[in-house]
Amino acid sequence: MTKVNPLHGAAIVGVYNTKQGRLLEGETSQSLVLEATLGAIKDAGLTPKDIDGVISGGWGGVSGPGDMIRQLGSRPSWFGSGGADINGVMNAAMAIGMGLCETVVISSAQAGAYRDHSGTAPWVRPTNEFVECWGLFTAAEFALLAKRHMYKYGTKPEALAEVASAIRMNGSKNPGAVYYGREATPEDVLNSRMVADPFHLLDICTTTEGGAGMVLTSVEKAREMGIKPVYILGAAVEQQGAAYKEPPVWDKFGWSGRWGGKKMFEQAKMTTKDIDICEFYDNFSFDVIRLLEVYGFCGEGEGGDFVMGGRVRIDGELPVTTDGGLMSFSHPAMPQAMQRVISGVLQLQGRAVNQVKHKRVQNILTENYGGGALFTNQMIISNQPAQQ
Amino acid sequence: MTWLAAQPQGIPLPKPSELSAPHWEAAKNGELRVQRCENGHYVFIPLPACNYCWSTKLEWVKTSGKGTLYSMSIVYRPQTPAFQIPYVVGIMEMEEGWFIMSNVINAELENVKIGMPLKVTFTKMSDDIALPYFEPA
Ligand SMILES: [Zn+2]
Repeated sequence: MTKVNPLHGAAIVGVYNTKQGRLLEGETSQSLVLEATLGAIKDAGLTPKDIDGVISGGWGGVSGPGDMIRQLGSRPSWFGSGGADINGVMNAAMAIGMGLCETVVISSAQAGAYRDHSGTAPWVRPTNEFVECWGLFTAAEFALLAKRHMYKYGTKPEALAEVASAIRMNGSKNPGAVYYGREATPEDVLNSRMVADPFHLLDICTTTEGGAGMVLTSVEKAREMGIKPVYILGAAVEQQGAAYKEPPVWDKFGWSGRWGGKKMFEQAKMTTKDIDICEFYDNFSFDVIRLLEVYGFCGEGEGGDFVMGGRVRIDGELPVTTDGGLMSFSHPAMPQAMQRVISGVLQLQGRAVNQVKHKRVQNILTENYGGGALFTNQMIISNQPAQQ
Repeated sequence: MTWLAAQPQGIPLPKPSELSAPHWEAAKNGELRVQRCENGHYVFIPLPACNYCWSTKLEWVKTSGKGTLYSMSIVYRPQTPAFQIPYVVGIMEMEEGWFIMSNVINAELENVKIGMPLKVTFTKMSDDIALPYFEPA
């Protein structure tokens, strides 16, 4: 029996990032999510009247798809309950592929939820009774995986710093990035203050405000639109446990994403050799090293060596997180997840700020969340349609 | 050298649920109790059924409180200002084969290393809560 993959029936046709900033004076989550929604629709060359599916949400005052459907004119619409992330993009593509709707807008934004910086951001601070009292927050959770990897395989802080530097250099050249103009060498990373060993300040993503939007439509409609559609070749979500509740034990959870990644590669009929760029979720430098091992770009324990020598830099063999990622581009609590996909879409359409030109740009692996969260979502996007 | 101690009062304390109450009750009496199913599987953090054999016959058993430091992070940026820095967050691999997160205390920071043997030590934080910290064994 041949399975028809509904993801192959949909294409990404519009993307939009609002202004991103550490603090966006005068903006609210609602003002940004509206801008993100309308911006993505306009980028696709469409109007709200073309939309019959909505995923919208976020942190701090942004409500679910119902309010956005009303804002767009109260037409009967498909709605997704997931977030504006790879999971949301998958849900939208599947709904389109099943014929439940034709054109979906996905959006999210956050402003104003984190203005008191004396503590860590509220969305990185678990409140579970077996976690909170030990002073944990996401950096420490991910650090517990990184430290075990370093203990087991001898992974060096210099490798983590190389990843952080590579991504931060990408952001430094991106005028849309919160840290535009702020370069960081590996030495700068290693010399920045320690936050949660082995993570220095510059090994860790920033926290920001901002919004992002995306439009997907059917492959048939996309081909009539006179734009460069971006196709979804394979995708899978994977969750393995209770994030920020149970201990992130490397030997149980270190390979988060491998099970889902295998399904993704099978759908795309691809291997790591077919991937030109990785738009990884760089909440912490170590997770990029982990993901390279998870998906098989290198062997177990070899990720630290793999990233050295400029391999994951913008002009390297396998550029990673080309817009500057969560470290330098933005991390507003939800939009950063879809922004990994947006960065890939811009590369595939040839309109990225840090456009990769020294090698083929056809297939991009995008990813969300990661090991310390015990769930990893992944998707391959391409400017070529799926092979049938 | 930096001496690691239990956190002062004022940090966020656990609010036991119906499921977890026996763990925190035992902690007040200086015992580290976790669930064990009828087939001998340890379950932590607590669940309504074993996550290995799905038996619902779970008993809160007293454990040795001994283990080794499986992984650690020295934290310099506190979760909130209520925490004194630096503190060591650790995952302990317990003698019985289960894992728990806690802080390593009563040690020089410089001497805390993955693989070191540890034992539980309780610190009373309020009338309702004593926290199971870990110290060198
Ligand atoms: Zn059992």
